[in-house]
Amino acid sequence: MSQATMTRNAIQIKDLDLYYGEKQALKKINMSIEEKTVVALIGPSGCGKSTFLRTLNRMNDMIPGVRIDGTITMHDEDIYNKEIDVEMLRKEVGMVFQAPNPFPKSIYDNVAYGPRVHGQRNRKILDEIVERSLRQAALWEEVKDRLKDRATGLSGGQQQRLCIARTLAVEPEIVLMDEPTSALDPISTAKIEELIQELKQKYTIIIVTHNMQQAARISDRTAFFLNGELVEEDKTERLFSNPKDQRTEDYITGRFG
Amino acid sequence: MKNHSLGTAGRFRRSRSLGRTWENMIPKLLLACALISVFTTLGIIGTLISETTSFFSQVSFGEFFTETKWTALFHESQQHFGVWPLIAGTLLVTGIAAIVAVPIGLASAIYLSEYANPKVSKVLKPILEVLAGVPTIVYGFFALTFVTPLLRGLLPEMGVFNALSAGIVVGIMIIPLIASLSEDAMSAVPKNIREAAYAMGCTKFEVALKVVVPAALSGIIASFVLGLSRAIGETMIVTIAAGSTPQLTLDPTESVQTMTSFIVQAATGDNSFGSTAYGAIYAVGMTLFLFTLVMNLLAQYISRRFKEEY
Ligand SMILES: Nc1ncnc2c1ncn2[C@@H]1O[C@H](COP(=O)(O)OP(=O)(O)O)[C@@H](O)[C@H]1O
Ligand SMILES: [Mg+2]
Repeated sequence: MSQATMTRNAIQIKDLDLYYGEKQALKKINMSIEEKTVVALIGPSGCGKSTFLRTLNRMNDMIPGVRIDGTITMHDEDIYNKEIDVEMLRKEVGMVFQAPNPFPKSIYDNVAYGPRVHGQRNRKILDEIVERSLRQAALWEEVKDRLKDRATGLSGGQQQRLCIARTLAVEPEIVLMDEPTSALDPISTAKIEELIQELKQKYTIIIVTHNMQQAARISDRTAFFLNGELVEEDKTERLFSNPKDQRTEDYITGRFG
Repeated sequence: MKNHSLGTAGRFRRSRSLGRTWENMIPKLLLACALISVFTTLGIIGTLISETTSFFSQVSFGEFFTETKWTALFHESQQHFGVWPLIAGTLLVTGIAAIVAVPIGLASAIYLSEYANPKVSKVLKPILEVLAGVPTIVYGFFALTFVTPLLRGLLPEMGVFNALSAGIVVGIMIIPLIASLSEDAMSAVPKNIREAAYAMGCTKFEVALKVVVPAALSGIIASFVLGLSRAIGETMIVTIAAGSTPQLTLDPTESVQTMTSFIVQAATGDNSFGSTAYGAIYAVGMTLFLFTLVMNLLAQYISRRFKEEY
């Protein structure tokens, strides 16, 4: 069997429109995202990358005045179907934010937070989840002797990896990352990029980045957004070396900001 | 060279010397204003201490803190100065107030900070603040003429003056304070922490209870302590509704006397200056002062010691 028939779609987006009140922020987006790949979303600021990312775990639901048309399918179900339990969806589709946002609790409690909320009470199992998640986030060695320390005392890069561990602890299938390294120094950024390469063995990762080099380094596929439209989506090498759309070419060659 | 740059001499010279003098005096005036309140406080404490000392030259410390009978306003031959009945009355009323105000205040704060849409809370918060400014004598009459009859409908044996009615209304009085201060603490919890919890699949209630409340806990507890210290010092409501029977009891249906309502009773009665009963006002006042001082220090300590860093 060929590669293509073996892979499965994690997410299927069809004719997605999103409005903030009167203002349309996403226009007729169509896109398929394969399982266990890294997809980078690039485009100038304000083009709708974050908005698009947040439609995938329905984080836009909380913003008053948001209206969404079209369908987003995961596991053969439209996630905007009325029957969908948004909390269950978010458990499967985790999210890492632009600025590290640990809870003002201990390192341990940060990672154990999600499993606890979802009903895990067994101390031994929680210990295992915390260790496994911190290892996956490449943070275990640095914090294993001070799990009871407050998370807010960690460096920015460590905090962001802690936030990744906290997301992984609820065992999502998909991890959304919105410019996760934009607030970090180059060394922390490199660590997180390396980590993303590891994580794609197990997770589908969709990452917004304002940094095209980063997209080129870490992603399998790249999607270029402009003014709420998905202009082009392709294999990363191909998109950067041989873009089909003139606007993509202009953007990646730096002809507009 | 030097001469050259002096060509514009005077540009930085002081020219508004009168304004300058004012400018120098302003901090001194402001300091004087600040000192007025410092000296007033010191004066009050000084009077309290000296009057209390002279009281304790007539009544022993041991009697004051171990006896369980308070009959300060009786005839001299029957006077007892055991402060415990007054402390018990105060704690009883405060305890009832806490049972009423802590859960309702916290629930209101959670509602305002997490659930109410901004338009609603913009209306509700000022109402809360107005409620906090209602004169306590109004609350006192509310207790006596509304809450007490209501309670007596349920508990017919209860007397007109009772700790329950006063405690409930004191609790109602401090709800706005607790709600408003707790809401401030909860609103200060950054939005991105809430988002993190939502993104992990928490419901709104889980976010409120397991993220926002713990993150704002120092401020919330400080609001409880401040509210209760207001309850301890509350005077009018208890004077009107709780009666004036100093007794060592924790039965909320009984009439009790608090430290504050004793002071009102003694100060409005005709006790001659210098008598032991007169001195008792200061001794009780001192005890009350220490109680509220400890509560306030505790509130400050809690909010400083457990200050959250986001
Ligand atoms: N909460 C909101 N309410 C109204 N408009 C919004 C909101 N969030 C984003 N927008 C608008 O939607 C457009 C896309 O924003 P966003 O998705 O944040 O872009 P990006 O992440 O690519 O910089 C922008 O024009 C922005 O002003
Ligand atoms: Mg963005």
